[in-house]
Amino acid sequence: MAITMAQAINQALHDAMSEDERVLVFGEDVGRLGGVFRVTDKLQENFSEDRCFDTPLAESGIIGTAIGLAMYGFRPVPEMQFDGFTYPAFEQIVSHLAKMPNRSRGTVKLPVTIRIPYGGGIGAVEHHSESPEAYWAHTAGLKVFTPGTPEDAYSMMRAAIAMDDPVIFLEPKRRYWMKSDTELPVETEPPHKAVVRREGSDVSVFCYGPMVRTAMEAAEAAADEGWSLEVVDLRSLSPLDTPTMLASVERTGRAIVVHEAAQTLGMGAEIAARIQEQAFYSLEAPVLRATGYDTPYPPAKLEEFWLPDVDRILDMVERSLSY
Amino acid sequence: MADAAIDPREFLPPDEPVHLLDPDGTYHEDPEHPVDLDDAGLRELYRLMLVTRKVDREAINLQRQGQLGVYASCMGQEAAQVGSAYALAEEDWIFPSYRELGAALVRQVDAAGLLHLYRGTWLSDHDPYKHHFGLMSIPIGTQALHATGFAMGARLDNNPIVTMTYFGDGGTSEGDPHEAMTFAGVMKSPVIFFVQNNQYAISVPLEKQTAAPTLAHKAVGYGLPGRRCDGNDVLATYAVTKKAVDRARAGEGPTFIEALTYRMEAHTTSDDPSRYRTQAELDEAATTDPIARMRNFLQQRDLYDSELEDAVEEQAKEVATYVRAGIYDAPHGDPMELFEHVYVDPTGYFEGQREQLRAELDANGEG
Repeated sequence: MAITMAQAINQALHDAMSEDERVLVFGEDVGRLGGVFRVTDKLQENFSEDRCFDTPLAESGIIGTAIGLAMYGFRPVPEMQFDGFTYPAFEQIVSHLAKMPNRSRGTVKLPVTIRIPYGGGIGAVEHHSESPEAYWAHTAGLKVFTPGTPEDAYSMMRAAIAMDDPVIFLEPKRRYWMKSDTELPVETEPPHKAVVRREGSDVSVFCYGPMVRTAMEAAEAAADEGWSLEVVDLRSLSPLDTPTMLASVERTGRAIVVHEAAQTLGMGAEIAARIQEQAFYSLEAPVLRATGYDTPYPPAKLEEFWLPDVDRILDMVERSLSY
Repeated sequence: MADAAIDPREFLPPDEPVHLLDPDGTYHEDPEHPVDLDDAGLRELYRLMLVTRKVDREAINLQRQGQLGVYASCMGQEAAQVGSAYALAEEDWIFPSYRELGAALVRQVDAAGLLHLYRGTWLSDHDPYKHHFGLMSIPIGTQALHATGFAMGARLDNNPIVTMTYFGDGGTSEGDPHEAMTFAGVMKSPVIFFVQNNQYAISVPLEKQTAAPTLAHKAVGYGLPGRRCDGNDVLATYAVTKKAVDRARAGEGPTFIEALTYRMEAHTTSDDPSRYRTQAELDEAATTDPIARMRNFLQQRDLYDSELEDAVEEQAKEVATYVRAGIYDAPHGDPMELFEHVYVDPTGYFEGQREQLRAELDANGEG
């Protein structure tokens, strides 16, 4: 049956709530409305207002109370309505959610999964298209997952909710309507494992979230040029699956990192550093990056010029192969 | 639609803060705020305040001797903390800031352990689930949300417990207490926001913190009753909190309490209050000392004699000595522990970094 990524996440939330009554879903408009992207559709109807509820419009409040609820023994799955609205909650996430288990020497566990629709490509108004993943991946104590397929969206969400560590779950909103023929429930690789989506021999393309599909399209186009791209879906940005990255580079000798987020100090910087530290003698070319530019996210009519696309990836492939 | 039937006057603080004890110990009965404590309970309040002060003094001494990096004294605020914390039942939870030594001692948190945060040996030492006392929280006011979330959880679980969080006059300007009270008001969470108005946020006096008539007036905006009490009057802080606890436990929702007190010491041992307040002001504040006041009251009631004095002094000394022994030259643990508690499941993390630190330790002969 064809299901969309949004439906897969909705089903994952539904199944997690069915199996464990400690799972709570809350946030802005997640109850009666079912979320602005309908990802929490019918959860309130199916599980009561106690288990899926609308909160006041206050992001720090949502995450701070999630911490209190988790301390009590619940497994909160709060939603931040959009990437650009997570910043009011930054202090609660960075100063408490990420640190409290460590401060308490593991006495306090905070199994909170924060859902954040992120990234651009939907023509949205300002503050609705951001890619803040590097902030979270830089913060010790958080795990950061982002699915690139509906199957992963389901399986990784289930795994995130079942974990005792706090998880930032980044949902690529431009892929909410991406369809896949699959039966749910489905169990894919554990979330901390990167997955090779397409094998290839010339260049490794590391990507995640919304860029997985773009990279797959680029690999298809590259094949017409006679270039064989290996597409690696990282899935987890914290931890990073270094062994899988290195194994791929050892096969191809070339690496490109693709992400929507601005280039400087984005995930690409860390990935490039790890590859040159640990696979230096396998490299035939410097690690290159196909990313967003170091500007604020552009207005909707200009996003096509800003976002990495098939052409930008292929340009980098050509550059890599020129060494 | 907001509920037009709510009369905002019921949330307004009364004109005068609740005050039951004069500085000379004279007790004024207030039928609205009964003190339901027997003689042993009254003595216990005194004992807890005195032990708090002695341990607090010991901590300042330890800092002066280089044993603590810094310390935030609660001197002068013993009645605000002890009275309020004592009004909770044992199963109720407290979510403190970093200045709540008195409340911690009510909860029998190990006093030496608390100081590890300030010594820097580790970031916290007690088990919150054993004492129903959260970790000391340094970012101002942020713990108010944890108390609210915990109370929301209790309510969902039909568990009749109450939570209480402490923050200060400065904390009322932060966003998190605002969001916490907004949530608690809407959800009718059983949480008490106990504000120790000690007149200063480091150096900034109350009049530069807010233009509100009183801090308790802020409560009206969240649909919470705003209550005020003399924070140096342990019977008032106890009775006002008890009323709020009973209200919360009965399912009637949260309460905001402003306790008027005074921070007798510096903000922390790193602070120099002579730059922003006068000796005359300090001398004036000293005349309202909460401990002397309770002693006067006990004497008037014939509940205070040399036997009690000796016993309490002896015990306070014992605790202070215990704290000194526990913290003086206390070593830090194995540096490798830095990696131990970051994640429940650390798969995929710290590759190479553990080995690097291990090698550095070995090279320095510290392994």
